[in-house]
Amino acid sequence: MLISNLELIPGRRVIEHLGLVQGSSVRAKHVGRDIMAGVKNIFGGELKGYTELLQESREEAMQRLQQQAEAVGANAILNVRFSTSSIAQGAAEIYVYGTAVILD
Amino acid sequence: MYELILLLILLSLGYVVGQHAERRHYRSILQREERLNSLPAIASRYPPSEPHYHQALVTGSTVISVDYFKRFLAALRSLFGGRITAYESLLDRARRESLLRMKQQASALGASMVFNVKYETASISKGRGNSIGSVEVLAYGTALIAPRDR
Repeated sequence: MLISNLELIPGRRVIEHLGLVQGSSVRAKHVGRDIMAGVKNIFGGELKGYTELLQESREEAMQRLQQQAEAVGANAILNVRFSTSSIAQGAAEIYVYGTAVILD
Repeated sequence: MYELILLLILLSLGYVVGQHAERRHYRSILQREERLNSLPAIASRYPPSEPHYHQALVTGSTVISVDYFKRFLAALRSLFGGRITAYESLLDRARRESLLRMKQQASALGASMVFNVKYETASISKGRGNSIGSVEVLAYGTALIAPRDR
Protein backbone atom coordinates (compact mmCIF):
# COMPACT_ATOMS: atom_id res chain seq x y z
CA MET A 1 0.00 0.00 0.00
CA LEU A 2 1.45 3.28 -1.11
CA ILE A 3 0.60 6.17 1.19
CA SER A 4 1.61 9.61 0.04
CA ASN A 5 0.61 13.20 0.58
CA LEU A 6 1.26 14.09 -3.04
CA GLU A 7 -1.65 14.42 -5.41
CA LEU A 8 -0.12 12.41 -8.18
CA ILE A 9 2.58 9.83 -8.54
CA PRO A 10 5.03 10.53 -11.37
CA GLY A 11 5.10 7.73 -13.91
CA ARG A 12 1.97 6.04 -12.61
CA ARG A 13 -1.58 6.53 -13.72
CA VAL A 14 -4.66 6.59 -11.52
CA ILE A 15 -7.09 4.04 -12.95
CA GLU A 16 -9.89 4.52 -10.51
CA HIS A 17 -10.83 6.89 -7.69
CA LEU A 18 -12.50 5.16 -4.79
CA GLY A 19 -13.31 8.18 -2.66
CA LEU A 20 -12.27 9.40 0.73
CA VAL A 21 -10.91 7.02 3.36
CA GLN A 22 -10.25 7.99 6.94
CA GLY A 23 -8.89 6.81 10.23
CA SER A 24 -9.07 8.37 13.64
CA SER A 25 -7.94 7.67 17.14
CA VAL A 26 -8.66 9.41 20.42
CA ARG A 27 -6.21 9.00 23.25
CA ALA A 28 -6.03 10.30 26.76
CA LYS A 29 -2.82 10.71 28.65
CA HIS A 30 -2.45 8.72 31.85
CA VAL A 31 -1.81 10.02 35.33
CA GLY A 32 1.94 9.35 35.49
CA ARG A 33 2.52 11.28 32.32
CA ASP A 34 0.25 14.00 33.58
CA ILE A 35 2.36 14.55 36.68
CA MET A 36 5.55 14.72 34.62
CA ALA A 37 3.84 17.20 32.32
CA GLY A 38 2.94 19.30 35.35
CA VAL A 39 6.61 19.46 36.31
CA LYS A 40 7.58 20.32 32.75
CA ASN A 41 5.05 23.12 32.76
CA ILE A 42 7.26 24.88 35.32
CA PHE A 43 10.61 24.23 33.68
CA GLY A 44 9.56 24.21 30.06
CA GLY A 45 10.90 21.85 27.46
CA GLU A 46 9.76 18.86 25.51
CA LEU A 47 7.07 16.59 26.87
CA LYS A 48 8.48 13.29 25.61
CA GLY A 49 5.60 11.26 27.02
CA TYR A 50 3.10 13.22 25.00
CA THR A 51 5.20 13.11 21.86
CA GLU A 52 5.23 9.32 22.10
CA LEU A 53 1.55 9.17 22.94
CA LEU A 54 0.58 11.19 19.90
CA GLN A 55 2.97 9.19 17.73
CA GLU A 56 1.31 5.92 18.78
CA SER A 57 -2.06 7.45 18.28
CA ARG A 58 -1.09 8.58 14.80
CA GLU A 59 0.17 5.12 13.90
CA GLU A 60 -3.12 3.62 14.99
CA ALA A 61 -5.07 6.14 12.92
CA MET A 62 -2.87 5.31 9.92
CA GLN A 63 -3.58 1.62 10.41
CA ARG A 64 -7.30 2.26 10.35
CA LEU A 65 -6.90 4.39 7.26
CA GLN A 66 -5.04 1.57 5.58
CA GLN A 67 -7.62 -1.03 6.62
CA GLN A 68 -10.38 1.05 5.15
CA ALA A 69 -8.46 1.51 1.91
CA GLU A 70 -7.86 -2.23 1.69
CA ALA A 71 -11.53 -2.88 2.29
CA VAL A 72 -12.51 -0.82 -0.75
CA GLY A 73 -9.82 -2.52 -2.84
CA ALA A 74 -7.39 0.36 -3.27
CA ASN A 75 -3.66 -0.06 -3.73
CA ALA A 76 -2.67 3.49 -2.84
CA ILE A 77 -3.83 6.44 -0.78
CA LEU A 78 -2.99 9.86 -2.15
CA ASN A 79 -3.19 13.37 -0.76
CA VAL A 80 -3.07 12.24 2.85
CA ARG A 81 -3.69 14.92 5.48
CA PHE A 82 -3.32 14.89 9.24
CA SER A 83 -5.40 16.81 11.67
CA THR A 84 -5.15 17.04 15.46
CA SER A 85 -7.72 18.49 17.78
CA SER A 86 -7.96 18.53 21.54
CA ILE A 87 -11.50 17.58 22.34
CA ALA A 88 -11.22 17.72 26.12
CA GLN A 89 -8.65 18.56 28.74
CA GLY A 90 -6.03 15.85 28.35
CA ALA A 91 -7.46 14.02 25.37
CA ALA A 92 -6.53 14.51 21.75
CA GLU A 93 -8.02 13.22 18.55
CA ILE A 94 -5.79 12.37 15.64
CA TYR A 95 -7.53 12.22 12.32
CA VAL A 96 -6.03 11.06 9.04
CA TYR A 97 -7.77 11.18 5.71
CA GLY A 98 -6.90 10.72 2.09
CA THR A 99 -8.14 9.61 -1.31
CA ALA A 100 -8.15 5.90 -2.03
CA VAL A 101 -7.16 5.11 -5.61
CA ILE A 102 -6.14 2.22 -7.80
CA LEU A 103 -2.85 2.82 -9.59
CA ASP A 104 -1.77 0.81 -12.60
CA MET B 1 2.95 35.49 52.15
CA TYR B 2 3.79 31.85 51.49
CA GLU B 3 2.03 32.08 48.16
CA LEU B 4 4.18 35.02 47.15
CA ILE B 5 7.35 33.14 48.10
CA LEU B 6 6.18 30.08 46.17
CA LEU B 7 5.42 32.25 43.15
CA LEU B 8 8.88 33.82 43.29
CA ILE B 9 10.53 30.41 43.60
CA LEU B 10 8.57 29.05 40.64
CA LEU B 11 9.35 32.15 38.58
CA SER B 12 13.07 32.03 39.23
CA LEU B 13 13.20 28.25 38.66
CA GLY B 14 11.34 28.69 35.42
CA TYR B 15 13.62 31.51 34.36
CA VAL B 16 16.93 29.80 35.12
CA VAL B 17 16.09 26.29 33.95
CA GLY B 18 13.91 27.45 31.07
CA GLN B 19 16.53 29.82 29.63
CA HIS B 20 19.22 27.18 29.94
CA ALA B 21 17.07 24.53 28.26
CA GLU B 22 16.09 26.88 25.46
CA ARG B 23 19.68 27.86 24.70
CA ARG B 24 20.75 24.22 24.67
CA HIS B 25 17.86 23.30 22.43
CA TYR B 26 18.67 26.06 19.93
CA ARG B 27 22.30 24.94 19.83
CA SER B 28 21.30 21.38 19.05
CA ILE B 29 18.77 22.56 16.45
CA LEU B 30 21.39 24.67 14.65
CA GLN B 31 23.85 21.80 14.68
CA ARG B 32 21.42 19.30 13.23
CA GLU B 33 20.05 21.78 10.71
CA GLU B 34 23.52 22.19 9.31
CA ARG B 35 23.99 18.44 9.06
CA LEU B 36 20.64 17.91 7.32
CA ASN B 37 20.95 20.89 4.97
CA SER B 38 21.80 18.57 2.11
CA LEU B 39 18.30 17.10 2.32
CA PRO B 40 15.93 19.83 1.16
CA ALA B 41 12.34 19.98 2.36
CA ILE B 42 10.23 21.44 -0.42
CA ALA B 43 6.71 22.77 -0.13
CA SER B 44 5.87 22.15 -3.79
CA ARG B 45 3.02 19.80 -4.59
CA TYR B 46 4.42 18.49 -7.84
CA PRO B 47 7.43 16.21 -7.67
CA PRO B 48 9.93 15.90 -10.53
CA SER B 49 8.82 13.24 -12.98
CA GLU B 50 12.27 11.85 -13.73
CA PRO B 51 13.76 9.59 -12.41
CA HIS B 52 10.92 7.54 -10.93
CA TYR B 53 11.45 7.98 -7.22
CA HIS B 54 10.18 5.63 -4.59
CA GLN B 55 7.96 7.38 -2.11
CA ALA B 56 7.30 7.17 1.57
CA LEU B 57 5.30 9.28 3.96
CA VAL B 58 7.55 10.73 6.67
CA THR B 59 6.45 12.54 9.80
CA GLY B 60 8.08 14.29 12.71
CA SER B 61 6.34 15.64 15.77
CA THR B 62 7.18 17.46 18.96
CA VAL B 63 5.18 18.37 22.02
CA ILE B 64 6.82 21.24 23.81
CA SER B 65 5.84 23.24 26.84
CA VAL B 66 6.55 26.81 27.86
CA ASP B 67 8.15 27.45 31.26
CA TYR B 68 6.53 29.17 34.22
CA PHE B 69 8.42 32.44 33.84
CA LYS B 70 7.49 32.85 30.21
CA ARG B 71 3.89 32.03 30.89
CA PHE B 72 3.90 34.75 33.52
CA LEU B 73 5.41 37.23 31.05
CA ALA B 74 2.85 36.27 28.45
CA ALA B 75 0.03 36.80 30.91
CA LEU B 76 1.39 40.27 31.67
CA ARG B 77 1.76 40.99 27.99
CA SER B 78 -1.82 40.02 27.27
CA LEU B 79 -2.92 42.89 29.49
CA PHE B 80 -1.38 45.42 27.14
CA GLY B 81 -1.38 43.55 23.86
CA GLY B 82 1.48 43.28 21.42
CA ARG B 83 4.01 40.65 20.45
CA ILE B 84 4.48 37.76 22.82
CA THR B 85 8.05 36.75 22.06
CA ALA B 86 7.91 34.03 24.72
CA TYR B 87 5.40 32.07 22.67
CA GLU B 88 7.05 32.93 19.37
CA SER B 89 10.23 31.19 20.39
CA LEU B 90 8.23 28.23 21.71
CA LEU B 91 6.52 27.71 18.37
CA ASP B 92 9.73 28.35 16.45
CA ARG B 93 11.51 25.64 18.44
CA ALA B 94 8.65 23.19 18.00
CA ARG B 95 8.44 23.75 14.23
CA ARG B 96 12.16 23.45 13.63
CA GLU B 97 12.46 20.39 15.84
CA SER B 98 9.58 18.67 14.04
CA LEU B 99 11.04 19.44 10.64
CA LEU B 100 14.37 18.04 11.79
CA ARG B 101 12.77 14.84 13.04
CA MET B 102 10.96 14.45 9.74
CA LYS B 103 14.22 14.96 7.87
CA GLN B 104 15.99 12.46 10.10
CA GLN B 105 13.37 9.87 9.29
CA ALA B 106 13.72 10.66 5.60
CA SER B 107 17.51 10.44 5.66
CA ALA B 108 17.28 7.08 7.47
CA LEU B 109 15.27 5.87 4.47
CA GLY B 110 17.95 7.18 2.12
CA ALA B 111 15.76 9.89 0.63
CA SER B 112 17.19 12.70 -1.46
CA MET B 113 14.42 15.21 -0.77
CA VAL B 114 11.09 15.66 0.94
CA PHE B 115 8.18 17.03 -1.05
CA ASN B 116 4.90 18.68 -0.15
CA VAL B 117 5.87 19.49 3.41
CA LYS B 118 2.97 20.52 5.60
CA TYR B 119 2.75 21.66 9.20
CA GLU B 120 -0.01 20.99 11.62
CA THR B 121 -0.17 22.78 14.97
CA ALA B 122 -2.42 21.95 17.87
CA SER B 123 -2.45 23.16 21.44
CA ILE B 124 -3.05 19.98 23.38
CA SER B 125 -3.24 20.90 27.01
CA LYS B 126 -4.53 24.29 27.75
CA GLY B 127 -3.22 25.76 30.94
CA ARG B 128 -5.27 27.64 33.46
CA GLY B 129 -7.47 30.19 31.80
CA ASN B 130 -6.94 30.49 28.11
CA SER B 131 -3.14 30.53 28.04
CA ILE B 132 -1.31 27.94 25.98
CA GLY B 133 0.29 25.24 28.09
CA SER B 134 1.92 23.14 25.45
CA VAL B 135 1.72 22.81 21.72
CA GLU B 136 2.16 19.91 19.39
CA VAL B 137 3.64 20.52 15.97
CA LEU B 138 3.58 17.84 13.33
CA ALA B 139 5.55 18.14 10.12
CA TYR B 140 4.89 15.68 7.34
CA GLY B 141 5.79 15.20 3.74
CA THR B 142 6.61 12.69 1.06
CA ALA B 143 10.18 11.47 0.99
CA LEU B 144 11.50 10.81 -2.51
CA ILE B 145 13.98 8.00 -2.60
CA ALA B 146 16.10 7.70 -5.72
CA PRO B 147 15.98 4.22 -7.28
CA ARG B 148 19.20 2.28 -6.72
CA ASP B 149 19.44 0.53 -10.08
CA ARG B 150 20.19 3.38 -12.43
